[in-house]
Amino acid sequence: MKVRRIEKGGALKIVVGMRQLADLVEELEVADSGVDIDRDFVKFVSNEWDEAALEEALLIKEAVGGEVVVIALDEPDVDQTLYSAIAKGADRAVKIVGVEEGWTPTRLRAQLLSKWLKSEGDWDAFLTGVQAADDLDGQLAGLIGATLGVPHAAVVSKAEPEGSSLRITQELGGGTLSESVATGKVVLGIQAGRQAPRYAPITRIRQAMSTSTIETFDAQEIDLGPGPKVRKIYPPQSKGQATMLDGDPVEVAEKIVELIRAKGLVR
Amino acid sequence: MSKDVLVINERVQGENPDLTFELIGKAKEIAGILGGSVGVVVIGDLSGTEAFGAADRIYTVEHDALTSGYSSQVWEEAVLAVVESVQPKLILFGTGTIGIDLAGSIAKRVGGPIASYVIDLAVEGDDVVATSQLYGGKLLAESVLEGDTVVASVIAGSFPSEAGKSGGSPEVVSVSAPSSLGSLSLIPGSVKEPDKTGVDITTSDLLVSVGRGVGSQANIEMLQELADAFKVPLSASRPVIDQGWLPKPHQVGKSGKKVKPKVYLAFGISGAPEHLEGMRSSEMIIACNTDPKAPIFEVAHYGTTLDLFDLVPEILEKLEA
Repeated sequence: MKVRRIEKGGALKIVVGMRQLADLVEELEVADSGVDIDRDFVKFVSNEWDEAALEEALLIKEAVGGEVVVIALDEPDVDQTLYSAIAKGADRAVKIVGVEEGWTPTRLRAQLLSKWLKSEGDWDAFLTGVQAADDLDGQLAGLIGATLGVPHAAVVSKAEPEGSSLRITQELGGGTLSESVATGKVVLGIQAGRQAPRYAPITRIRQAMSTSTIETFDAQEIDLGPGPKVRKIYPPQSKGQATMLDGDPVEVAEKIVELIRAKGLVR
Repeated sequence: MSKDVLVINERVQGENPDLTFELIGKAKEIAGILGGSVGVVVIGDLSGTEAFGAADRIYTVEHDALTSGYSSQVWEEAVLAVVESVQPKLILFGTGTIGIDLAGSIAKRVGGPIASYVIDLAVEGDDVVATSQLYGGKLLAESVLEGDTVVASVIAGSFPSEAGKSGGSPEVVSVSAPSSLGSLSLIPGSVKEPDKTGVDITTSDLLVSVGRGVGSQANIEMLQELADAFKVPLSASRPVIDQGWLPKPHQVGKSGKKVKPKVYLAFGISGAPEHLEGMRSSEMIIACNTDPKAPIFEVAHYGTTLDLFDLVPEILEKLEA
């Protein structure tokens, strides 16, 4: 356990949990096992909500100083995500290695990250994406919070430093916002940062690759605990509700305008 | 362990969400099969509980920390107190903010399994079987939840709400507030009602709506031109708002506005469950997306896989003609 800084002066150590996810733009096929997607031909990209979490962490650091550490499990193309985070301004990158390939349950992810967070000790806030498109067994922030016994909040749209606290804004739905203040360690699931994720130019990513090192942390034995036992994964049966409008753009445009006209909404 | 089903009412202030009634309706069906009863957990604002006549019991927790604002820590401790007292077989959350906040942590703390993004639930013997949406609705997962207490967080619109609205006079049970509410490190503050300034997308009979498929902020101009030609507001799905391409009041969906226009024109919107939640009750939905498998076509009445950049100029031309 590292010694906690005494003179904090408002500077915060923020850890950002990132992950790779099958690119939703791609066609997803069910694997022969019937209980996972076929991962062989899928492109893996950084979870977009994690990028929002990184942006929020960088904004906090820019406001009060401190450190941003990004951490991820070893997953396809994760180095790209971690180096790109360094290029954007993260100070350190950590990769948890030795995890079995495939669909990692969120509660395994949560426990592995919690092990590292415990060993690191002196962090102030852990930020991650509010959700991921495959987190069947719960969302990461809540699971980490419950594992560590640290308060957590999800669907966060702002985390603003206030002295040594963080003022947190959550979206309650329908545009209603709720504020709370975290006076100690906190785990946050970020919905959207205060601004869109910044762009890392490829030259800066290459520079990060040549000048920085990704630290590694060995995955440890985990008692996974109960989870949903997946029996099958399958594409939803198409109800085929939409009537497809055939023709070239001119013809389809005409049909659309006709449909709107029939509702009396255009002359 | 009981065979009861517990529904968490996800309301901090304002009206009870329709989702609570959907959950109560499904809870009654499941409790009927299991031979248990249905309880609704009401935290914070205790007014309006008479609406939960379809439940057998209403559980409340009262504490100063619960009187105003929202903190997931406060809610988690309060919900857990009820769960420990009732020891239900099944706990039902929605997939709103409170469900995303608490469903996983409550499951973790009671040592039970959880299924997220649930759209259907069934009982098989002693187990609950959940059907969940994965990958933004592109795939479904069927999973078995075994254990004394299991948790599901359900996507809004999955069950009819009528079955959860019938009358009755449930017993109100006040559960003692846990002592943990006296030592908080996530302090609830104010709750702010939606910003009423800016565009109001909820009153228009026609909406031109744009999604991630538009590609860039510059390309939004073309859709704005189309909206202007129709003299209606331009609305958008979450990725467009998160990228900062349009301000928040333009957002349709779970974390934005619910809209119900006569015609909803969706360009480059794939139709994630959170978006569908905000627009599926539109009278007529016309969707344009190059991916023929996009979930938006499941709710759309008319669709085209033409590129929006080819189609929109032609619609503009027709309108100008």
